[in-house]
Amino acid sequence: MTTHSIDGFDPGPLRNLARWKRAEYAFWLLPVAAYFALGEQLSLLSQIAITALFALSLDLVLGYAGIVSLGHAAFFGIGAYAAGLMAANGWNDPLAGLLGAALIAAAAGFITSFLVLRGSDLTRLMVTLGVALMLFELANKLTRITGGVDGLQGIEMKPLLGMFSFDLYGKTAYIYSVVVLFVLFWIARRIVHSPFGLSLRGIRLNVQRMPALGAPVNARLVGAYTLGAAYAGIAGALLTQTTQFVSIDVLSFSRSAELLLILVLGGTGSLYGALIGTIVFMTAHHLLSGINPQYWQFWLGMLLVLVVLFARDGVMGGLRALGKRLPGAVK
Amino acid sequence: MQHFKKALVAATFALAASFAAQAADPIKIGLVLPMTGPFAAYGKQIHNGVKLYLATQGDTFGGRKVELIVKDDAPGTAGDVSKRLAQELVVKDKVDILAGFGLTPSAFAVAPVATEAKKPMVVMNAATSAVTTKSNYLVRASMTLPQITAPIASWAAKNKIKKVFTLVADYGPGHDAEGQFKKTFTAAGGEIVGEVRAPVKNPDFAPFLQKIKDTKPDAVFIFLPPGAETIAFMKGFTERGLSAAGIRLIATGDLPDEDILDAIGDAALGLITSFHYSEAHKSAENKAYTEAYYKAYPKDRPNFMSIGGYDGMHLIAEVLKKTGGNADAEKFVEAAKGMKWTSPRGPVSIDPATRDIVQTIYIRKVERVGGKLQNVEFDQVNEFKDPGKQ
Amino acid sequence: MTVVFDGIASGLLLFLISVGLSVTLGLMNFVNLAHGSFAMLGGYVCVVLLNRHGVPFLAALPIVTAASALAGVVLERTLYRRLYGASHLDQVLFSIGLVFMSISIAHFFFGAQQQPLQLPPMLSGQFNLPGVDVGVYRLFLIVVGVTIAVALQWMIAGTRFGAELRASVDNPRTARGLGIDVERVFVLTFALGSGLAGLGGALGVEMLGLDPEFPVKYIVYFLIVVAVGGSGNIKGSLYASLIIGICDVAGKYYIPQVGAFVIYAVMVVTLIFRPQGLFGRSAAK
Repeated sequence: MTTHSIDGFDPGPLRNLARWKRAEYAFWLLPVAAYFALGEQLSLLSQIAITALFALSLDLVLGYAGIVSLGHAAFFGIGAYAAGLMAANGWNDPLAGLLGAALIAAAAGFITSFLVLRGSDLTRLMVTLGVALMLFELANKLTRITGGVDGLQGIEMKPLLGMFSFDLYGKTAYIYSVVVLFVLFWIARRIVHSPFGLSLRGIRLNVQRMPALGAPVNARLVGAYTLGAAYAGIAGALLTQTTQFVSIDVLSFSRSAELLLILVLGGTGSLYGALIGTIVFMTAHHLLSGINPQYWQFWLGMLLVLVVLFARDGVMGGLRALGKRLPGAVK
Repeated sequence: MQHFKKALVAATFALAASFAAQAADPIKIGLVLPMTGPFAAYGKQIHNGVKLYLATQGDTFGGRKVELIVKDDAPGTAGDVSKRLAQELVVKDKVDILAGFGLTPSAFAVAPVATEAKKPMVVMNAATSAVTTKSNYLVRASMTLPQITAPIASWAAKNKIKKVFTLVADYGPGHDAEGQFKKTFTAAGGEIVGEVRAPVKNPDFAPFLQKIKDTKPDAVFIFLPPGAETIAFMKGFTERGLSAAGIRLIATGDLPDEDILDAIGDAALGLITSFHYSEAHKSAENKAYTEAYYKAYPKDRPNFMSIGGYDGMHLIAEVLKKTGGNADAEKFVEAAKGMKWTSPRGPVSIDPATRDIVQTIYIRKVERVGGKLQNVEFDQVNEFKDPGKQ
Repeated sequence: MTVVFDGIASGLLLFLISVGLSVTLGLMNFVNLAHGSFAMLGGYVCVVLLNRHGVPFLAALPIVTAASALAGVVLERTLYRRLYGASHLDQVLFSIGLVFMSISIAHFFFGAQQQPLQLPPMLSGQFNLPGVDVGVYRLFLIVVGVTIAVALQWMIAGTRFGAELRASVDNPRTARGLGIDVERVFVLTFALGSGLAGLGGALGVEMLGLDPEFPVKYIVYFLIVVAVGGSGNIKGSLYASLIIGICDVAGKYYIPQVGAFVIYAVMVVTLIFRPQGLFGRSAAK
């Protein structure tokens, strides 16, 4: 990655950081094990994978570029509708749909990125939120095209790669979602350890100093925001393709807010935080609402409060603190 | 493996048909409902109706004991969540029947699952007309939006209301209601003098009310999602003296639904609506129903959603009685077609052509009865089919 | 003219339901998304007092404020104070957790339906001046809102307590060194914020309704007011509410087709041109 070396600069530690660790290999065995162990829950598992990808996209924006967004569902929704409309109008190859959704979401991300360059956390939060809410209203206004609150129907997908059709048990959907998640995670991991990713981290830590190092702050932020939007778009498209339905809820405030919650719960700025946050949140949600469909929110709320009280910076923060306390632990 | 399973299932059914031994085998009904979130009141009422049916009419259908599995698909508008839960009910919990569905997107998203898994699907609320066209295994026990909208338009045209201002919430159901009202009302010779689509989330109706006041119509037709918006509108309507100015208010009956009627308060008095169920409906069936309801849930009031759940269960019970406990989707739907019964809401039947409900629609007026606000019925349209499918 | 009056009233309603957040987020720099939960508490206390105990509306308001303030003190002592030093994101996670819990609690005790509230006759109805139709309750909201805004602004800018508060937020360590009882200042301010939230909730029931989803349903409006006004001052929130209220009402009256967009568009445009809000202090953080 760091191809050009500078005299006197030892990229060794950075390379070490970029190297895959044993725990990471173990982590990625989980989805494989889950496929065999939880074969009856594949539709839940694929939605976890999709949400994880969505959380990952927010981590690129928030954890690396430091832009707090409460409107990230905008890009998720754009991706979902793009894939849905493509499929409903006869262009229904899944992979082409992903690509189309990514491009459209990236374009939307690029355009709106200029709105979030300035301002404090609260300002950015509200601007992103405002953009997402306006998109929601727009999708509602365009009921004739989007189906409005009743949802976009008539989406039929071609079999994946011409071979695997989407089945009731959700096998194809699960494998498809996990593979896409893994590939995009791998790319994201390379990006954050590249000079581009490192400069983003620098910007987050000290905005004033980065221009002095020759890093164009605004261009980097625009890049990161666009990338995050593209990722979110792909996540949205995956959801559309695996459920063959788009509800207007994909653009809703609650989806953005829940996503922010998931990422913060997992811990920002480590990519794995996004994945772990999703697994913890969605599993807790699923189990609690299964046990107590009416009042599960109470227990979920309590879980969030406890996590904050006992572990700062989310689950990853807690794990790190635990790791430091245990002598001889990895990392 | 798959074939083996299918063969096994088929064998079970064959056995079941010939032996009464099946009695030991419970019938699993998966309920997909919004139990939390903005539409929690829907889920709660439907669930109440379902439980009340089992408690009062027995929980053994066609010789098989009923086992309920409830899934919260909050917010109820996210098709992906509803679909996932339905898949899970079928694949993991192995339910025989899918039921519930508070809102249209949830029913739309689940219909393909019912088709693919060959499970009967009983809709207990979702009211967009096209819902029943999405799967051949789908039967609706609630109502359709055009079905409850058209009668109030005909009534208005017949009762010296010439100029109407329509105000609907700006979303799919609102557009449908607006369209149906306009169609029926203008066909009967009425005139629409103004129309406004208000944002769905709209804390302040002042500007719209002012506009209505300036237009001076004979009546205002409104369609809003039940909840805070309805209350804000109704209170504003009285406060601004629109009713005092002689402007009448007409709506579909979900607006002054028993659940929020008390919250609207006296501002609701005089509101005229068309609907299929009122707590004040006079019949022996409804008397028994409301009494049982208050006994079981003293904090709530029986409303149309609870009736949707109740009748949905009744439909399932009767069908299973007819098929001897067989819940095979084809057989279920065949048995359901043309079924007739007297519900607490009045006489109802299932249209054999569309699998949708046919029922009496009543014209009602909000009045105070025994200290309580009620929708008192004073006119009716018998055996009214969904006009949205004609 | 009536449109302008309604806009002002609508704006003041926004101000009243958000002013508590202007205090906790704006002044104390704590991202208290559970603000709506305190407002909801106020609403329920008000409804219970009115409907079950027959307390008159005006007499209920001070009780409501005190009850929410008390709840604020209890939560501040037990939970909130542990998080003053935490990052904003942790505060978000924590306060949303509280929101979830409060929704379930309200659901459990009061059910999912809307709560009824009947105003006393002296506060309902409308009277006509030449050119303007004045709703009595709207007028009442305007009076209460302006009074609160003036009193708060005076307290922050003109009293010793206000100075202590500003010092405690900007630099707690130095403030402590100067002999300010920072803990006490924070408790009192938090109580003030939650009390105002409760009052706003109670005043809002008539127009916004009340059900367990209240804290989530209006969270966007609370945040809009604080963001547009600029954190750190009450005057900003008041002006922001007024601008949003008037634009919203006028937009819906004259061009209803874009009704839903107006409020968000006003916010985004304002924040693009004035990223710190209308009267923001240059970024506290």
